[in-house]
Amino acid sequence: MKKNSNKGLQVEEPLIFEQSSPGACGVDFPEMEISKNKLGGNHRVKPIGLPNLSEPAAVRHYLRISQKNYCIDSGLYPLGSCTMKHNPRLNEKMARKPGLVDIHPLQPQSTVQGALELIYVCSEWLTKLTGMPGIAMSPAAGAHGELTGLMTIRAALEDRGNPRKKVLVPESAHGTNPASAQMCGYEIESIPANSSGRVDTEKLLGRLDKTVAAIMITNPNTCGLFEDQIVQVADAVHEIGGFLYCDGANFNAIVGRVKPGDLKIDSMHLNLHKTFSTPHGGGGPGSGPVVLSKELADYAPLPFVVKTDDRFELIESAEDTDKKPFGRIKGFHGQFGVFVRALTYMLSMGSDGLRQASGDAVLSANYLLAQLKDDLSISFEGPCMHEVLIDDRFLKDTGVTTLDFAKAMIDEGFHPMTMYFPLVVPGALLMEPTETESKKSLDNYIDSVISLAKKAATENTKHFKDAPKYTPRRRLDETAAARNPILRWKPEKNSKNNSR
Amino acid sequence: MRYLPLTTDDRNKMLSEIGVGDIEELFKDVPNDALLKSAIDLPSHKSEMEVETSITSFAKKNKTTNIFPSFLGAGNYSHHIPASVDHLIQRGEFLTSYTPYQPEIAQGTLQALFEFQTQVSLITGMEVANASMYDGATATSEAVLMACRITRRDKIILSNGLHPHYNEVIETNSRHLKLSIDSTSVYNKKALCELIDENTACIVVQNPDFFGRVQDFTELSETCHQYGALLIIAVTEIISLGALTNPGEMGADIVSGEGQSLGNPISFGGPHVGLLSTREKFLRQMPGRLAGETVDEDGKRGWVLTLSTREQHIRREKATSNICTNSGLCALAFSIHLSLLGEDGFTQLAKINHQKAIDLSKAIESLDEVELINETFFNEFTLKLPKPAISIVEEMANKGVLAGVPVKRLIPHDIDMENMLIVAATELTTNSDIEKFVTCLRETLS
Amino acid sequence: MIKYTKQHEWVAINDGDEKATVGITDYAQKQLGDIVYVELPGIGVKVNKGDEAAVVESVKAAAEVYSPISGEILEVNENLADSPELINNDAEVNGWFFKLVPSEESELEELMDKEGYDKYIGDLD
Repeated sequence: MKKNSNKGLQVEEPLIFEQSSPGACGVDFPEMEISKNKLGGNHRVKPIGLPNLSEPAAVRHYLRISQKNYCIDSGLYPLGSCTMKHNPRLNEKMARKPGLVDIHPLQPQSTVQGALELIYVCSEWLTKLTGMPGIAMSPAAGAHGELTGLMTIRAALEDRGNPRKKVLVPESAHGTNPASAQMCGYEIESIPANSSGRVDTEKLLGRLDKTVAAIMITNPNTCGLFEDQIVQVADAVHEIGGFLYCDGANFNAIVGRVKPGDLKIDSMHLNLHKTFSTPHGGGGPGSGPVVLSKELADYAPLPFVVKTDDRFELIESAEDTDKKPFGRIKGFHGQFGVFVRALTYMLSMGSDGLRQASGDAVLSANYLLAQLKDDLSISFEGPCMHEVLIDDRFLKDTGVTTLDFAKAMIDEGFHPMTMYFPLVVPGALLMEPTETESKKSLDNYIDSVISLAKKAATENTKHFKDAPKYTPRRRLDETAAARNPILRWKPEKNSKNNSR
Repeated sequence: MRYLPLTTDDRNKMLSEIGVGDIEELFKDVPNDALLKSAIDLPSHKSEMEVETSITSFAKKNKTTNIFPSFLGAGNYSHHIPASVDHLIQRGEFLTSYTPYQPEIAQGTLQALFEFQTQVSLITGMEVANASMYDGATATSEAVLMACRITRRDKIILSNGLHPHYNEVIETNSRHLKLSIDSTSVYNKKALCELIDENTACIVVQNPDFFGRVQDFTELSETCHQYGALLIIAVTEIISLGALTNPGEMGADIVSGEGQSLGNPISFGGPHVGLLSTREKFLRQMPGRLAGETVDEDGKRGWVLTLSTREQHIRREKATSNICTNSGLCALAFSIHLSLLGEDGFTQLAKINHQKAIDLSKAIESLDEVELINETFFNEFTLKLPKPAISIVEEMANKGVLAGVPVKRLIPHDIDMENMLIVAATELTTNSDIEKFVTCLRETLS
Repeated sequence: MIKYTKQHEWVAINDGDEKATVGITDYAQKQLGDIVYVELPGIGVKVNKGDEAAVVESVKAAAEVYSPISGEILEVNENLADSPELINNDAEVNGWFFKLVPSEESELEELMDKEGYDKYIGDLD
C-alpha cells in the first residue's frame, strides 16, 4: 500500500491506535516518590494496550478527523425534528466560567448558593414560558424526560389507587415515546394519523377508557403540523381520569407564542439542546427538563431546588419535603452545564427574542413550503409549523429514492433533510430550516432542492445513485457492518484482514 | 437580535411569497384563545456584555474547588484537564454536528466514537463498549435491565458499596418492570456470594466502592456464573483503572461507569459520560449507539452507526432502551484526554492519585480522634469523625476548606453513618492542601 | 403442502411427516432488504399459533416472525446465524427458520394456499 494517500486538504487519518509511538506522552507529570500501595494486592499487572502519543500528534489526529464532519457552523443543516440551529459561543464561554465549571455537586449547599439560584432561575424561565407550575430539572435528555414525565403520571395515578394499564401513542411519534412508556410498565396502543397529518381524534377518543393512563402527543407533531384538536383531546383524557403527555421536542416552533399549559397539557419535556440552542455535540449531551401541571407537580423526582426566605435549598431526600417525589432518575442534580448554556441563551434572546425566533422558524419553513410545492410533493397542506414534510411521490417512476435524493443533497454542499421519518408517509423527507438561516441561505438551499428534483425527473438516475462523490467517504456498506460487527480496533490483527 | 439573520425586509418578502400578511397568520391552527398576542412577561433580550454580567453574578456566589482546597469525591472528581482537550471539543465540527446519521459527512464523529469504544473496552477489560450513556448512575441502571433481559430473571442484588445515587436510580427504573431489588447491607465479597441463588439475574458491586474500598471480585464472579447470574462492576473513578486489576479480569459480565474523571469538569454534577461495556455474546442486549467499521463503495475503510435495530427509533417499545441522545461530546473529551495520557500517562496519573491519597491518609494519622476505616483504597477513603460529619464539613467550609462528602448526606437513614466522611485526593491535591485540611479539621474538632 | 399467512410466513409439511418447516416468504425478504440478523426460538419451546417465534432484522428494520401454527420447536436453522443472506437468496427453501411438531393439524386449514397468497400480495401492491 502506498504510504501517503493524502491529497491537498483531503487527509486519510488512521485510527489513533495505529499511531502509537512508544515512549511518547501528551501529558507531563511532576516527579514523585511512590510508597507501598494500599490496593490490597489488586494492582494491575498487565498492560492495557493504549497508544502513546505526544500532544502535537494527538491534537493533529483529532483536528484531522474533525474536518470530516459537516456541522451547523459550516452550513445549513435542515434535519427535520432535530432543530439544528446556531449554537452561540457565549453559551460555551459561560458554562466554563470559574465558579460554575469547578464546583462539586456535593459541596455544602451554603457554598453553592449561586449554582442553586441559577437552576432555580432557569426553571422559572421554563415554567413561565410553558405556563406550567411544576418542573423536574434532572432528566439528562429528551427521552429521559419522557420517561420522567410518565413516571410522574404513574406516581399520581398510583396515589389515586390505580396506575392503569396503557398509554396511547400516535404512529407519527418519535420511537422514544413507546420505548419510554414500555420502561414505565405500560402497554402501548398505536393511534393512526388522519388524512390531514394529525392524530385521528375520532379513533383516539374511541380508545379512551379507564385503563388508559396517558396519551402521548407530539405538538407541533413530527409532520410539522399543529395538533389543532389538542384541547379536545386533553378534555377527553381528563374526563376519564388520565393525563396528557406532550413530547416537547418541537417546542421551538411555538415558544413565546403558545403556553402548553393553556393547551391543558399535564406534562411535557423540553429539549434544551433543541429549543434553547445548546450544542448537539455529535450526539449529546442533552438535557430534558419536564414541566408539570398542578396535578403532577408534587410527584417530580429528587432532587429539586426550592427557594426559602433567604436561601436556595436543594431537596435530596423524600424526608425533607411534604411533596411526594417518585424517586431519583439520575446521579447528582441534572445537566448543570447545559442549564448554564440554556439560561445564557434565554437571557440573550429575552421574551421578545424567543417569540421572534419561533416566528422566524415557522416563517422559514413556510417559505420552503411555498417555494418547493410546485416541484416536490408536499404531504400536507400548509401552513406548517417549523418543518415541512415532503414524501416521495415526486420521485415516482424516476428510479431515484428518498435515500438517493438525500445523498445527492450532500454533493450540493448541504446536510440532507431527515429521511424516512415520520413513518406516516412513504419515503419521507422532513426539512427544518430553523430561524438561524438568512434568506440568502434559504434561497440557495431551495435552488439546490428544485434543481435536483428537476434532474431526478429528466435525467438518468446515475447522478443520484453515485452520490455522494465529494465526501471523505462514498456510500458505506451498512449491511456488511451489521452482518459482521467490528465495534473496536484490535491489536492482534489488522482489521482490514478480518474475514468479511 | 444577534442570532436571527432575517431582516424586516426579508420577512416581508417571504410573507408575500407565502401569500400571508403576517407571521401570526401562520399560527392559524392554534386555538385562538391559546395564541398569545404579545410577549410573555419575562425580561427582554440582552447584549453579550449584559448576559455575561448576569451569569457571572451566579458564579461569584459559589466557593469553588479551584480556590479552596477540596477533598470532594463520591462519584465526581476534580482532575486536571489538558488545555488541548477543551480546544478540540469546541471545534465547530465536533461541537455543532448532530448524531452521525449521514456517515459520509460524519466520519469524524464516527471515528472518534469507534476509538472511544475501543478505549473503554481496553481499560475495563471487556470485549465491546457502546458509544456512551448519560452518566454512571443511568449506565448502571441500564446494565441491570440488560442483565435481566439476558438471564430472563428478575432478582437484582445491590452491594452496600454501590453509590447511593446509583442504587436509587436502579430502584426507580426497575420499579415498574416487575423486578425485585435486594439492597443489601453487605459489601464484602464473601457475604455477597452467599446471597446469590438460581433466581438471581445479577449482582452489582462497585470498585473501588462508595467508601473507597478496593476488592478482588473474581470469586464473586465465579459464584455468579455457577448460578447463571451476571456480575456487574460499576466504576465511578475511571482513573483507578490505571492502577487496578480491571473488571474484565475479575470476571465481570457487564461494566458500567462514570467517565467524568477523564476530560470532563465536575460542573456541579453534569453533563458527564456514562460508560457501558460487556462481553461480545451479550451485544444484542446492549442499549445505546454503536459505531462499527465497514468499507465504502471504493473499498476504503470507514465507520457507520450499526446494529440500530436494538434502538428505539426502529424497535419502538421493543427496543433495548429508550435512550436516544447520549453524551457524545463528553465521550469525545474523555477520549482525547485518554489519548493524550496514553498507556504511560494513564498509568502514571493513577499512581499519583493513589500516592496523594496515601499522603493524605498519613497526615491524618496525627489526628487521634479520627479513624480511617479503609484497609484498602485508591484515591478516596472514609474517615470516622468523633462528631457528626455534616456540621464539621459546614464549619470547615466556612474556614475555607471543602473537606469531603458526609455519608449521611447520601444515606440519611443510617444512624451509623452520621460521623462518616468520604475524602478524596487527586493529582490536584497539594501538600499545602493536605496541611490545611489537617490543621482545619484539628481546629474544628477541638 | 405449503401454506401461507397474512404476515408472510410459510409453513410446509409433507403428508405423513410429523414435523412442519417454517420460514418467511420471498415477498417478505424483498420488503425487508438485506437481512443481517435472525433471532431464533429455543428448542423444545412450545408456541401457539400467532406467537412471536423469531425476529428477522435488516439494517433499518426489524420484523417479528409469528408461528403459523401451534406446536413444539424441534429444530432451528443454525446456518442463519453466520449466513443470514440465505434468507435473501433462498427464502422458501434453504432460508427456513425452524421446524416444529404441530399440535393442532387443523390450524393448517385456516391458512392460505399458494394461489390465495399470490392473490393476497398482488392486492397489497
